[in-house]
Amino acid sequence: MKADQVAVGGDPITVQARSVLDARPEHSADSPVSIHAMTVAYRRRPVLWDIDFDAPQQALVAIVGPNGAGKSTMIKACLGLVPMASGRVEFWGMPLRQARGRIGYVPQRESVDWEFPVSALDVVCMGRYRKIGWFRPVSRSHKMAAKECLDRVGMAEYADRQISQLSGGQQQRVFLARALAQEADLYFMDEPFAGVDASTERAIVEVLRELQQQGKSVICVHHDLATVGEYFDHALLLNMRVVASGPVAETVTQKNLHKTYGGRLTLLSEASEAVARSGV
Amino acid sequence: MRSLLGQIGHGAPPSLAAGSEPLPSWQEILQTLGFQRGFNTTTVMLGTTLLGIAAGIIGCYALLRKRSLMADALSHATLPGIALAFMISAAIGIEGKSMAILLIGAAVTGVLGVVTIQAIHRHPRVREDAAIGIVLSVFFGAGIVLLSVVQSMSTGSQGGLSRFIYGQTASMLTADAVLMSVITLVAIISAVLLLKEFALVSFNEGFARVTGWPVTFIDLLMMSLIVLVTVAGLQAVGLILVVAMLIIPAAAARFWTDRLRWLVVIAAIIGGLSGYLGAAVSALLPRKPAGAVIVLCAGAVFLASMLLAPRRGMLAQGFQRAHLKWKIARDHLLEQLHERGAAGEAVVGHEEIRRVMRMRGWSGLRTGLFGRALAFQGWLSSKSDGLRLTDRGREQGGRVARNHALWEQYLVSHADIAPSHVDWSVDKVEHVLSDELIEELERALDGRGAVQGAAL
Repeated sequence: MKADQVAVGGDPITVQARSVLDARPEHSADSPVSIHAMTVAYRRRPVLWDIDFDAPQQALVAIVGPNGAGKSTMIKACLGLVPMASGRVEFWGMPLRQARGRIGYVPQRESVDWEFPVSALDVVCMGRYRKIGWFRPVSRSHKMAAKECLDRVGMAEYADRQISQLSGGQQQRVFLARALAQEADLYFMDEPFAGVDASTERAIVEVLRELQQQGKSVICVHHDLATVGEYFDHALLLNMRVVASGPVAETVTQKNLHKTYGGRLTLLSEASEAVARSGV
Repeated sequence: MRSLLGQIGHGAPPSLAAGSEPLPSWQEILQTLGFQRGFNTTTVMLGTTLLGIAAGIIGCYALLRKRSLMADALSHATLPGIALAFMISAAIGIEGKSMAILLIGAAVTGVLGVVTIQAIHRHPRVREDAAIGIVLSVFFGAGIVLLSVVQSMSTGSQGGLSRFIYGQTASMLTADAVLMSVITLVAIISAVLLLKEFALVSFNEGFARVTGWPVTFIDLLMMSLIVLVTVAGLQAVGLILVVAMLIIPAAAARFWTDRLRWLVVIAAIIGGLSGYLGAAVSALLPRKPAGAVIVLCAGAVFLASMLLAPRRGMLAQGFQRAHLKWKIARDHLLEQLHERGAAGEAVVGHEEIRRVMRMRGWSGLRTGLFGRALAFQGWLSSKSDGLRLTDRGREQGGRVARNHALWEQYLVSHADIAPSHVDWSVDKVEHVLSDELIEELERALDGRGAVQGAAL
């Protein structure tokens, strides 16, 4: 596999990176997303240190960890929304640029202004914009496709509602529908279950299962430890670094959870505090 | 503001009649509004109308991207550019008053101001509003200083530069009107072709990036359009007020619609109308600066929108709130009657219902008035010995009682709220439960058999 990477990569950067990565776990080119030695820093304060992770195919992966563990940041760094200090992310062995069309994204609900003058259907149509392209209006067929996505999350009758007139859970479902409209093979979701009502939670879980059955993968920041085992089959325990990853049953153990959540101010975060302080 | 508008409708208010200015006659007013007051006036009115349309459309982008204050800083930062362009062109011997050169200078320092804001803002200790305030005032200050330098130069013909601060609409020439129509065309084309892209970037930048759109480039396009219309509006409205033409029509239009397409159309109409009326008023009343009058017209439309718009306007919202209050009070009374009357045909005595409602903080008078009002609406009938629910009233009372019970049970059994605390919150919530939520509650409580007894 390593020889493969060099041959495929070819350029000196890949070869150079490989020598650094020699001691690291093997990365599979089939993996929907593989993260190599990712380090992310916000204003000199490291938030993610040396993350290595391969998402299995056709898996529902939960990223679990305490507040400030860097869960969202990890997703954003994968998607190029936050610059990496070092490291590399590949999708099916390709860089982000080539894989964009196969990646769906559900951002945090709080990240947008819901007073924006658009309807639920308009938002879902945004998932089709890449397919529609520059300058062209949203055609009827794209609108139909978007409507179907709204229907899949149980929101068909709310298509014409202005988005501020939806409940928090309904807004979350609109975001999910927009990601479905992207018709991606890999989905990143940032806290889709945060602050939603019971029927939304059910709708999301149903969609996750459907996606898995269709052979797609989902990587999902998740805050509720109680439901990790029920909703997901893989877990990545994160607290600035990867504490553990693998099938939920083996990963989400008392011992690992303690390592992830226990003793908030670990040596690592103390060190990064010191770096941040001395840096400026 | 009102009086200016009033002049259009009803001639002149008496306060202005005291001055020595002759007041326009009806005929003059109609002539002006019909673009028949001579070539110059027509040019100015066309120019400001077109500018208003362009600014209305492009102002929507500024509003949606939350760049209104940025646009203000941008317009103030044009002043040093105007002065510098004048000095440079005078120094190298070009006619300093060439409008094109001055506007290019304006655009250059305007953009520089925006770039400076972003550079300062990148520093973690300075918030964006502070950065905007700093750039706005410092660039404007620099412009004033440079203007005084220009004034002391020996070149002569420098006097006209300060017109960019307050605007001098009357000096608009045919060429300016042509420029305005080109800019209006650009604005309309941008709205037709790029509204989708602009909306995506404004609504959810992260998603736009992930899906591969060149966010920075699209942002730059939006910003360029704002620069374009700002610089174009400098001469007409002046750099202090030009931002009003961007912000006000879009903000006013937001009261009338929830749809982006309509927002742009309505903002264009409001902007165009303000430009048209403002120029007309200032043509009718000499010495009234058109730029300021245009802004006042836009302000009047904004005020009217804020007050009168259906659903989103202040009056409509006040009415909605009052209506909800009324509904809650009605439901309380009906629920109590329903319970006292045990859902049947019985009459509940006046004294008893007063006593019950007093426990809920209602005065006897209030209970009496509400009882009469509800009787008038057919919810109940008022007999000599007491109140009796009509079929409709009984149905509603039963529904409220059932929702009440559902919610109460839910709070106790699912949300772990102590029963003693439940009733208080129930009173607020039960009236706003949606049908979807009620179904949800029923499903949640079904199987536990918890609700049956309470509800039926």
